[in-house]
Amino acid sequence: MLSERPITPSTLSRKDLPWQVKWDIQTCTKCGRCTSVCPVNAIELGVFRKREIKTSMGLNAKPVNEFSTFYGIRQRTDPAYACIGCAMCNMVCPNNAIEPVRQEHSTTLQFQNNRGGQSRTRGGRRNSGESLLDQLKFIRISMLTDPALDAGRHEFDVRTLLGRVLSPENEIKCFNENGWKPPVREIYPLVIGSMSFGALSPNMWEGLQMGVAYLNEELNMPVRMCTGEGGCPPRLLRSRFLKYVILQIASGYFGWDEIIHAIPEMKVDPCAIEIKYGQGAKPGDGGLLMWYKVNKLIAAIRGVPQGVSLPSPPTHQTKYSIEEAVAKMIQSMSMAWGFRVPVYPKISASSTSLAVLNNLVRNPYAAGLAIDGEDGGTGAAYNVSMNHMGHPIASNLRDCYKALCVSGAQNEIPLIAGGGIGKNGNLAANAAALIMLGASMVQVGKYVMQAGAGCLGSEKDRCNVCNIGVCPKGITSQDPRIYRRLDPEKVAERVVDFYLSFDTELRKVIAPLGRSTSLPIGMSDALGVSDKHVADRLDIKYVI
Amino acid sequence: MCRLFALTSRDPVSPMLAIDALNVMKEGHDGSGVGLYLSGLGGPFEDLKEYPVLSGIFTDAGLRRLSEYMTEKGFSSKYSVMFKPDTEPPVGTPKRGTYASIAYELPPEWKDLDKDDLGERLVKTRLELRAEGEQTGDIMVFSFWPDTIMIKEVGDPMAIGEYLQLGREEIHARHILAQGRQNTNYAINLYACHPFFIEGIGTMTNGENTAFIPIKEYLQSRGVTGYQGYQSDSEVFTHIAHFTTKKLGLDISAYKHVITPMNDDEMKDHQDREFLSSLKKACRKLIIDGPNCVIGCLENGTMFMAQDRKKLRPGVVGGNPELGMYAFSSEICGLNAAIPDRDKSQDFQPMHLDTAIVGPDCREVVKCSQKDPLLLQR
Repeated sequence: MLSERPITPSTLSRKDLPWQVKWDIQTCTKCGRCTSVCPVNAIELGVFRKREIKTSMGLNAKPVNEFSTFYGIRQRTDPAYACIGCAMCNMVCPNNAIEPVRQEHSTTLQFQNNRGGQSRTRGGRRNSGESLLDQLKFIRISMLTDPALDAGRHEFDVRTLLGRVLSPENEIKCFNENGWKPPVREIYPLVIGSMSFGALSPNMWEGLQMGVAYLNEELNMPVRMCTGEGGCPPRLLRSRFLKYVILQIASGYFGWDEIIHAIPEMKVDPCAIEIKYGQGAKPGDGGLLMWYKVNKLIAAIRGVPQGVSLPSPPTHQTKYSIEEAVAKMIQSMSMAWGFRVPVYPKISASSTSLAVLNNLVRNPYAAGLAIDGEDGGTGAAYNVSMNHMGHPIASNLRDCYKALCVSGAQNEIPLIAGGGIGKNGNLAANAAALIMLGASMVQVGKYVMQAGAGCLGSEKDRCNVCNIGVCPKGITSQDPRIYRRLDPEKVAERVVDFYLSFDTELRKVIAPLGRSTSLPIGMSDALGVSDKHVADRLDIKYVI
Repeated sequence: MCRLFALTSRDPVSPMLAIDALNVMKEGHDGSGVGLYLSGLGGPFEDLKEYPVLSGIFTDAGLRRLSEYMTEKGFSSKYSVMFKPDTEPPVGTPKRGTYASIAYELPPEWKDLDKDDLGERLVKTRLELRAEGEQTGDIMVFSFWPDTIMIKEVGDPMAIGEYLQLGREEIHARHILAQGRQNTNYAINLYACHPFFIEGIGTMTNGENTAFIPIKEYLQSRGVTGYQGYQSDSEVFTHIAHFTTKKLGLDISAYKHVITPMNDDEMKDHQDREFLSSLKKACRKLIIDGPNCVIGCLENGTMFMAQDRKKLRPGVVGGNPELGMYAFSSEICGLNAAIPDRDKSQDFQPMHLDTAIVGPDCREVVKCSQKDPLLLQR
């Protein structure tokens, strides 16, 4: 730092930064760990020089300058290096001598985020702690006529169906005539949403896969995980664990060459194929894997050169309309696996969700519809997309479910809801609420990272650097020096832990409502909310 | 908790037999209502089995409107049992007018219709009359079907039985479903009173149906005339039985596979596993969680009882094949009161996998377990 600092339109004082690094000179041992771990280089080792003028009493001696030098930590005020509040510095400090502190009133950085004419992109979350799902209450508690069940002892069947379910009439007809039946998977209603192998570090991905495999094979919980755009590691494609994986094909088609070529060698079918048309974090936008994360491995899997940004187009460029896409993509994907694998599209919750759904209802090969609400997202998205685009999930899902009820297909096309589930930690309650609003299953990504790998991000713009490959915990970094911080075994352990506790909590919600042998899909009479408008909109009870 | 009592007999018996049994079980129910389903009618209706019987409650104006309506449609009254109580109603029972069961001759153009079309038209006629009555309050119609009478009223079952003189020979029947108490979760409404009836199938239930809303929404979306109303959360059980037997063409022994399918372990060794597993998936929306005991009667007089999966509501079946009389009761004291002369060791309390079925011949209780091979489906 210069001794005479220039003051220009974009210089900021420390006071202007939302996160300020508090450093205690008394307890600091100057080990340097904090500066070396800081993912954004917000702090640096500083050499401080101090001049003191010493004056003695009387007039005999002249005042003298005394110079001292000491070492410490300096927070940079350049907006490009602003502290993101991840607190890794504190995590590695032996004496807790350093920590970031949030300065709520400092909003100045917001005006400096778009330097060089570049809009801010970031990973992470919507930075809004509000959650409608958290406001919903389960009010239909069975008390006397209908005894509440014992969540710990009764038999529970917490499973759901992914795939086109035939109507009872058609099912019987098909059985009698030995006809073709769309594939249906019986799975756990909480799916790990799409986070691609490029977005997540190899260690994180491996941890998740191990956790999922353990849940399936040891605990008999048919948990499934979606790959996200970007393909799938070749070894997994050829392993028996592929059946726990939902392969995603997105508009960039990254990695699909590899997948298609692996088909003849696949030992098992994948659980399902998800065709991504849209996502909650950046609706109407394609994916974006920034160049920082495209290392040799990712480039090989995706079939692209190293070190280039990989934006997916906002639409499937070969398709003209959703009708065409539904007809062609679903059919060709189904055909690729001999019509043995459910294929469903994923769209961002929007005013066109119903249009997409209407097209699916009449498509015998469509296996479901995943709707991603505005709160989703891990990878790179523009700030403005993440914060201001998209439709909240609750009413969108409800509209879709009610549309299915009208056409009598609510059992037939499963709705998969995502976006904003468990954003304040209430995963089971949020998931149960969405199921009662009509979702057959829910998908979460963010919660999995937060709970499974100790992601530091919060709804207060903390961290959110998933996109530039410097994830301090090694979750979304492709740099081995960083991701080796993450132990895959421990991630797997945590994934299993939170699934088990989710399971218990879900039972604690549905058992008092009297449900145990079937998931309470569409049991909207169990829900209440103290906001009249919300109650009317969602067609649930208004309670105060 | 509601008390249920059903009687099936080779010879017509008085409905008071069932009301008496309800009375014996009274300890647990508050006596706020009674509903009766009668089929296999004796007395004057014995010879009128072909003619649909309209049963309901009418004011004088309602009767006039009914008559106009039916004449306009081309129905002509064949025989009617009108009962207008001349005594004061019991405490809590409103004075309503005439309790009527009228057998009609079909309009000439209906006579060539096939059975399904005819059934649908009868249901439509009933619903139109019901809708008409709901506007004016003059007409309440509970059933319109051959060989079927339904009576519903608010009040203590015994007092209602005496008030409406339910022991009259003209309403003796072979198959009787009787339930004490109105529903509790919703407003008191005679249409909410068990048993419920649609196209020859009547059922009644105790307990509460936690899955009411999703099941209701599903049934309503099936496009079947008559799947409507739903004043009670248990009305869906009747419609599921109707859907299972009439729309899916399954035997009543499959009813339990629809409402409470087996879990994977139980299904593992079943010889019809493939069918059952696909039925479970396709009918997932119709799975109940109870707690319920469902007792029902089919068009041919077959009576059945099934429980929720956890069997949180009791039920017992017993009877005397020599007398040709069997009873389904939610408590054993009701059974004792109605058929004291029986081999009690043969009483059967269906468990979570069982359906108890007594055929119209009243010879034996068929105990169907879900683990048994499926009967030949119709």
